[in-house]
Amino acid sequence: MNNRRSFFQLLSEKPWEQSQITEDNNHNGKTLNLTKANLGVRSIITVNCIFFSLFIVAYADRMFIHDWQTIPKPLLLWLNTFVLFLSSIFFHKAKVYSDLQEFQKVKISLSVIGFLSALFIVGQLIVWKKLMNLGYFFNSNIANSYFYLFTTLHVMHLLGGLFFWKNITFKIFYKNYTMLNIQSSIKLCAMYWHFLFLVWLVLFGLMLNS
Amino acid sequence: MSEDYNKFKLEAKSSEMLNDENTSSIKIQDTESEVPEQDLYHPKSFITKWIFCQDAKVIGIQYSITAIAIGLVALVLSWLMRLQLGFPETFSYLTPAGYYQFVTMHGMIMVVYLLTALFLGGFGNFLIPLMVGARDMVFPYVNMISYWMYFIAVIVLVSSFFVPGGPTGAGWTLYPPQAITSGTPGSNGGIALMLISLSLFVIGFTMGGLNYIVTILQGRTRGMTLMRMPLTIWGIFTATVLAMLAFPALIVACIMMTLDSLLGTSFFMPSMVQMGEHLKYGGGSPILFQHLFWFFGHPEVYIVALPAFGIVSDLISVHARKNIFGYRMMVWAIVIIGALSFFVWAHHMYVSGMNPWFGFFFATTTLIIAVPTAIKVYNWVLTLWRGNIRLNIPMLFSLAFIITFVNGGITGLFLGNVIVDVPLSDTYFVVAHFHMVMGIAPILVIFGGIYHWYPLITGRFLHEGMGKFHFWVSFLGSYAIYFPMHYLGFIGVPRRYYEMYNSPYIPTSAQGLNAFITVAALIVGFAQLVFLYNIISSIRLGKIAEKNPWQACSLEWQTEYVPPRHGNFGKKLPIVYRWAYDFSVPGAKQDYIPQNVPPSEVPEARTEKT
Amino acid sequence: MIVAIIFFLVVVGSVVFHIFTPWWWTPIASNWGGIDDTIVLTFWITGLVFIAIGLFVVYCVWKFKYQKDRRSEYKPEDSKLEFRLTLITTLGVAALLAPGLIVWNTFVTVPKDAYEIEVLANQWSWSYRLPGKDGKLGKTDIKNINDKNPFGINKEDKNGGDDILVQNGPLHLLINRPVKVLLRSTDVLHNFYIPQFRAKMDMLPGSVTYYWFEPTRLGEFEVLCAEFCGTGHYAMKGKVIVDKKINYNNWLAQQTTYVQSLAKVNANIKQVVKLTK
Repeated sequence: MNNRRSFFQLLSEKPWEQSQITEDNNHNGKTLNLTKANLGVRSIITVNCIFFSLFIVAYADRMFIHDWQTIPKPLLLWLNTFVLFLSSIFFHKAKVYSDLQEFQKVKISLSVIGFLSALFIVGQLIVWKKLMNLGYFFNSNIANSYFYLFTTLHVMHLLGGLFFWKNITFKIFYKNYTMLNIQSSIKLCAMYWHFLFLVWLVLFGLMLNS
Repeated sequence: MSEDYNKFKLEAKSSEMLNDENTSSIKIQDTESEVPEQDLYHPKSFITKWIFCQDAKVIGIQYSITAIAIGLVALVLSWLMRLQLGFPETFSYLTPAGYYQFVTMHGMIMVVYLLTALFLGGFGNFLIPLMVGARDMVFPYVNMISYWMYFIAVIVLVSSFFVPGGPTGAGWTLYPPQAITSGTPGSNGGIALMLISLSLFVIGFTMGGLNYIVTILQGRTRGMTLMRMPLTIWGIFTATVLAMLAFPALIVACIMMTLDSLLGTSFFMPSMVQMGEHLKYGGGSPILFQHLFWFFGHPEVYIVALPAFGIVSDLISVHARKNIFGYRMMVWAIVIIGALSFFVWAHHMYVSGMNPWFGFFFATTTLIIAVPTAIKVYNWVLTLWRGNIRLNIPMLFSLAFIITFVNGGITGLFLGNVIVDVPLSDTYFVVAHFHMVMGIAPILVIFGGIYHWYPLITGRFLHEGMGKFHFWVSFLGSYAIYFPMHYLGFIGVPRRYYEMYNSPYIPTSAQGLNAFITVAALIVGFAQLVFLYNIISSIRLGKIAEKNPWQACSLEWQTEYVPPRHGNFGKKLPIVYRWAYDFSVPGAKQDYIPQNVPPSEVPEARTEKT
Repeated sequence: MIVAIIFFLVVVGSVVFHIFTPWWWTPIASNWGGIDDTIVLTFWITGLVFIAIGLFVVYCVWKFKYQKDRRSEYKPEDSKLEFRLTLITTLGVAALLAPGLIVWNTFVTVPKDAYEIEVLANQWSWSYRLPGKDGKLGKTDIKNINDKNPFGINKEDKNGGDDILVQNGPLHLLINRPVKVLLRSTDVLHNFYIPQFRAKMDMLPGSVTYYWFEPTRLGEFEVLCAEFCGTGHYAMKGKVIVDKKINYNNWLAQQTTYVQSLAKVNANIKQVVKLTK
């Protein structure tokens, strides 16, 4: 029953010894004190972390080569960042409200999140358009390539998140779903949203400083 | 049946809730997370039961069939290559471009689409829920998507044979710049399809891997601690963790190279002059791709090897009627090998032109990894010591695995030692080494595993005579192919050569050896056809197997029905009272005690003493 | 019984094959005997392990064959034995690694008296550039490459003018003199490999890699490309001739420098222009 053992303690158990057998027979078959969905989302976030860090490593390796030409960062990018930040805040609020079971407020927050996310995506597209008008195309310099690649990948991950946001919103508006279940879904979705905001901060920060 | 199933599902759940009584927080969270699973279950028609199926066992079989089917393509490609190498004058149907395309496709199919998919997708899906005592994977729907992503990846891969220019011929390592420039076959459509297919594979695999990890960590039955799991599960679990951490490197490399190839960016492409023409690329680093590729590529070796280690441990233990020797050490070795495998990748790049001083670091880490690997070998052979060895076909394959694995592992010590790698890299020594250690050895385990679990899947045994024929030809034949091949490497015969012509330093007898290898390869290939026939015909004609025919302890044999039905176990999930290796316990009447037998039923057995 | 015998034959057969094999190293022609020695040492250590494990398996299969009335020993683990085995393995691995790293250290440390030459690879041929009278190679850049300047020599660099260019010809090397080969590629990855010299290294477009060796045997040797480089990879061969000082100097005197080759090309062009007029 004791789930709090460290990994190393766990691995040094001798499962054939009588004392250990008595202890093990009461084990509930879970290693971590998390729901399955929670562990699932955490795993996905871990994989994503590696995915983006490898891109960052590649970027850092490349940015010191002499042919690097910095791409301008329009003011709109800062605005987009703020919009994404707001959507993250609202997701936090949605989570708090759902814990308090104030589902009317949850509905409002979720709607705002949808609006803000759409705004963010449109904003990113406008940034693209602006840059292209200025002559910064995808393959004209490697810095541009990275900029377009990073923004695309980030938006794609956001779209993935919006898929789950859509499921939750649909359920809460049209289906009388069990409260416990929707609470945990909102919590996990909020976690992912904060993660995506962090990813954007890191990528944006990196691109500003190169 | 589904009604029945729902009933016992509900009952089982209530019993699960009882289990969780003392941790109330878990109880609540758990019930909520299980609710949606219920809706997903009913297979209503043929399509939902056998095609878009969410039962991990069926998905495992789907994975296996697809993997074996695409593996057969790779087998045929290897014959065509071998004919060219063994009898260059007789068979002149193959152009150099065709040869390189076949080499590339053979390698990529075998490593990724056959071995990875079969071990994790096939064995993993079939065995994980059964062995940890779960009704199914925790996210069955995602699991189904995972298989279909894999299927599409395979289709995209195959479609590259039919685009203008054919499939890519850049070697399975796909090094830029040559992979996407015009001097290499398949540099137009072929390489792009290959990269897309790999990306799809990675996405699909990540979904599957999510299932394996969460099921093993959180979905086990009552009493199943981590240290009571069979080593098969440990192997698959660690391999999945490695895959989840290593595959991002592959997909990152694939994305960037696809863009280089299709949109003309220069992530990996340096300035270059090809055939007197300045290309528009510039500034990219080919070495960066190699780092990314091998950061995936080396763990990939262990993604294949660790499940094989796990499975073979269980086969040896069951058929030697003895607990696996040094279980804890075996688990540690798996975990340590997994962790170390992320610090050795550049040993594939000793002569790549990277900073030569890296050689010191990577040679050291590489040779350190030999220590836990050697311990695994010792423990396998020590399990045989004073065992009661039944020479069933799975056992024969396990013994053959030990010999080939030791042989291939040892040549790894040559190549890992940086200075020895200098003359041997890019020669046939490397080809022989990796075929022995990650081709033949894991495939022998796959065969052993299929002979072992076939009675569980179908309720019948595979034909014994054909099995013995298959075993001896495969083992002795493949050994005869790859053991002498090392010596071609000593001569200095480089790999990836369409033809050697008459290089003055290569003795003419080497051509004789090449011809011999080709003949052996054709014979071994033929034996695989016998094996396939055996698999298909035994579904109906095989000898009927009683329940738990090998008298194993682990849970997959303790299901209510054989073959296990949807939901795996009976009305109640089994409760585990012991580790998976209670063979020949002193005092017990039988020489095995299944994991779900409570101590009260075997009062005479004393399990004390270490 | 039969199983044990066949496995025994496999183990013993491998050893016998190793002893009597007709296929072995191409005789060495450089200073890298240390590499061969390390391989021999590795063979001894790992060979003993292979034989020991193989024979142990054979013994177990023969001795502990299934009998109905017999039980296996019940012994989950033996920490002492496992510790000892770990220790022995670690020592064995260290014994392989230490000499290997020592030889690697000499491999990556180029001696000061080594003379430099450059090997330039492209799909699918080899060219060579040797420093002229000033003893220095001129700077290069892939961007400078054109028909007149196949090596991409930087025109502003004074050292480049007298560089000796060897295209389509065999490369000559001095016997018993350490040489540092600088490796360049204009298009894709290649690898400059001569089996008798043991050493090899990839060539990367955009950077210069290197290794060094000392030819110790006179004669003609074949150059191979050892990194897959496209359809013509298998046919990318060249020749290296190891010479005594006199022959080497004779050969060197016959080669053209960069400036001379430029003049020749210009003359040719003028001729062509004349003819077309």
